[in-house]
Amino acid sequence: MSWFTPEVIAVIVGVLKAIVILLAVVVCGALLSFVERRLLALWQDRYGPNRVGPFGMFQIAADMLKMFFKEDWTPPFADRLIFTLAPVVAMSALLIAFAVIPITETWGVADLNIGLLFFFAMAGLTVYAVLFAGWSSNNKFALLGALRASAQTLSYEVFLGLSLMGIVAQVGSFNMRDIVDYQAQNLWFIIPQFLGFCTFFIAGVAVTHRHPFDQPEAEQELADGYHIEYAGMKWGMFFVGEYIGIVLISALLVTLFFGGWHGPFGILPQLSFVWFALKTCFFIMLFILLRASIPRPRYDQMMSFGWKFCLPLTLLNLLVTGALVLAAQ
Amino acid sequence: MTADTALAIPPYQADDQDIVVELQARFGADTFTLQPTRTGMPVLWVPRARLIEVLSFLRQVSKPYVMLYDLHGVDERLRTQRRGLPAADFSVFYHLLSIERNSDVMIKVALREGDLNVPTATGIWPNANWYEREVWDLYGITFAGHPHLTRLLMPPTWEGHPLRKDYPARATEFDPFSLSAAKQDLEQEALRFKPEDWGMKRGSEHEDYMFLNLGPNHPSAHGAFRIILQLDGEEIVDCVPEIGYHHRGAEKMAERQSWHSFIPYTDRIDYLGGVMNNLPYVLAVEKLAGIKVPDRVDFIRVMLAEFFRITSHLLFLGTYIQDVGAMTPVFFTFTDRQRAYQVIEAITGFRLHPAWYRIGGVAHDLPRGWDRLVKEFVDWLPKRLDEYEKAALKNSILIGRTKGVAQYNTKEALEWGVTGAGLRATGLDFDLRKARPYSGYENFEFEVPLAHSGDAYDRCLVRVEEMRQSIRIIDQCLRNMPEGPYKADHPLTTPPPKERTLQHIETLITHFLQVSWGPVMPANESFQMIEATKGINSYYLTSDGSTMSYRTRIRTPSFAHLQQIPAVIRGSMVPDLIAYLGSIDFVMADVDR
Repeated sequence: MSWFTPEVIAVIVGVLKAIVILLAVVVCGALLSFVERRLLALWQDRYGPNRVGPFGMFQIAADMLKMFFKEDWTPPFADRLIFTLAPVVAMSALLIAFAVIPITETWGVADLNIGLLFFFAMAGLTVYAVLFAGWSSNNKFALLGALRASAQTLSYEVFLGLSLMGIVAQVGSFNMRDIVDYQAQNLWFIIPQFLGFCTFFIAGVAVTHRHPFDQPEAEQELADGYHIEYAGMKWGMFFVGEYIGIVLISALLVTLFFGGWHGPFGILPQLSFVWFALKTCFFIMLFILLRASIPRPRYDQMMSFGWKFCLPLTLLNLLVTGALVLAAQ
Repeated sequence: MTADTALAIPPYQADDQDIVVELQARFGADTFTLQPTRTGMPVLWVPRARLIEVLSFLRQVSKPYVMLYDLHGVDERLRTQRRGLPAADFSVFYHLLSIERNSDVMIKVALREGDLNVPTATGIWPNANWYEREVWDLYGITFAGHPHLTRLLMPPTWEGHPLRKDYPARATEFDPFSLSAAKQDLEQEALRFKPEDWGMKRGSEHEDYMFLNLGPNHPSAHGAFRIILQLDGEEIVDCVPEIGYHHRGAEKMAERQSWHSFIPYTDRIDYLGGVMNNLPYVLAVEKLAGIKVPDRVDFIRVMLAEFFRITSHLLFLGTYIQDVGAMTPVFFTFTDRQRAYQVIEAITGFRLHPAWYRIGGVAHDLPRGWDRLVKEFVDWLPKRLDEYEKAALKNSILIGRTKGVAQYNTKEALEWGVTGAGLRATGLDFDLRKARPYSGYENFEFEVPLAHSGDAYDRCLVRVEEMRQSIRIIDQCLRNMPEGPYKADHPLTTPPPKERTLQHIETLITHFLQVSWGPVMPANESFQMIEATKGINSYYLTSDGSTMSYRTRIRTPSFAHLQQIPAVIRGSMVPDLIAYLGSIDFVMADVDR
């Protein structure tokens, strides 16, 4: 077995890790539908799904069975190719972006020196899912949803990137591990980059099309918007894609602003994965709490909020950070 | 007339003869035939040739009749008791309301069968539009000069005019239904959307419009309601509401049910209003019969009506907040409604549709322990309302979504026949419980909540405050419930008091006839309007001296509110329309009847 050189073993281990992370993220995404329903129910004075298995835990299995066996229906008036492509993009773009997240010191899929840029690129691609779906469905509600989505993503992408430039300026690198290490040595970025955190969080919610930035699929207005014509697994992919987006943004928030796998004040460094998971869960919960608690602004109000409030705020943040970094040199 | 120059409402003038004098002075006494009724307003028959003149005069007279409150028809052909009235096969009536006089007048026009044509009143009151369409739809009376005289409630392919007396009321009276391929094609073709049929343009010189079909199955349409939106981007250039999907022919059914057995149908008109719907009906029947109910009955009726005002408003509040995107409060308001229904169920035995009021009383006396239940609810709700106000109504996103959205002023509201919270949100203090007290409301202390900008947000605030006032009224009922019988001692009370039937053969016979055939109401006309959950609801009853009503006209508030939509929403965006629909608080059963 001479070809089992240490390099080959490292590759195999790397691939295995990647597969484990991929599966874990997808399972997390699927499981979130159950978690979200139970949490919403908790806050809304009701039970939620509690019949299948202990505490309703197997609800997710029942839902998946249902979804797999549903008729995979494509409307005859739709553009078949693009119609099929849309959910694939929706699920895969953010899943691929997960590759750059360092989960612990030793776990992670890819250690790119342009990690952040890679995430921006993938986040930029997600809009195609919505656009494709809205356009190919040949449905007016879907089209309106797609129009809203493209305008929204365009506006929020601008400061999604800018909001993190403060971090990049301080660390001097786009690499995620460098960013985490920098935080471990200095302060977590939540304090020096608080404005960046606020705007990135807002933009992150907008990128995942989660409430209150779910105008593209606003149920009360567009009756589910861009994915109105989807059924079965294709719809399921949009659905899971949305939850993967939540996991991704939460993980990013943890990595970029809350010290990644490090515990606060260096407590219990051996529990690195637990710290990472706990912090990520907290932000996931925040996403759900947002949905439970606030109304949805009108789509033009949201646009002006983005351009007139968030963008100047990020620019200000970048300006101040830049000045401080220069002054320190 | 704006919100700033609020109108003072004088005390109600029943059978206001001033306007009769004014009319006779202007047009000559022989123009009019006066009809004595128990409607509480002068009823004047006018020759068709002078109709528009008379209506225009009433619109412009000092203290004008600003609101076309109701307009409908009557098939007079089978009516036997019409001595002294002009000969007529059909008639059309115009019920006009003056805020400044706080009195009404009814104008009627007699029509002959070969010549069913009336000039349109759409030039005087814009809301005549739908009423005239409905009259054409249901009676086949045409209105010369009407801009778009098509069917309103029935489908476009319908044959016949259902409210005519010679039109069958039951499916068993028709030939068996069959759907041939040709007929199916015809029906399918009738469903194809052609903007021109709806009075809309396909595009302007430079652009084509997008037509968005919102409803009849849309999560925010609040029932089977359809609006065709003509969009430019997300801006609504024009829109046309379509109703009729919920039409069940309640007015036709009233002509086949005994006076008593129609009560359950009234529950289902505004299906969130429960016994509140019984109230105008039984009050109008009691006017026909000449029944004066005991105090206890008035109190019980008021208490339960206010309970239903609260449950209806709670549903409004939850769904309204949900319509602007917050999903949680609706679950909490439903919990509160459940609390109210526990009391309602304990008292009436039913939840949504108790059909619990009776001609001359209520179905049963209050059960033992009712006061404890009511007390629990009175203590429970105000705290919850405070919470909703703090958590949802003061939320800046909600305010941003609804403040200044779908705004109209008092003048526009009156022109379109808007009543209820939608009218009071513009600053006009017109609540029938104060302005024209009925069922003993003059004995209660409460305030009429008002707001001033007439937008979607104000309509909500008014309703929340109304719930607090309803709690006050219920609390007063709780503390001052009079002792006494729960039924009037009157021969026409239904079901009749049974105590003496086993001693007195005449009483037994009368009891038997009344229970089996139903009571015979004296031939006359009567009318009662009440401040219902969604605005002013009224029943205009015509008795021909029989066990059944000759004509029952149900005027519902939601009908008028939906007709106003295009006038308010043009130029706004789709999400504004959703917030507006939520703020109207309508149910389709209340629109279509």
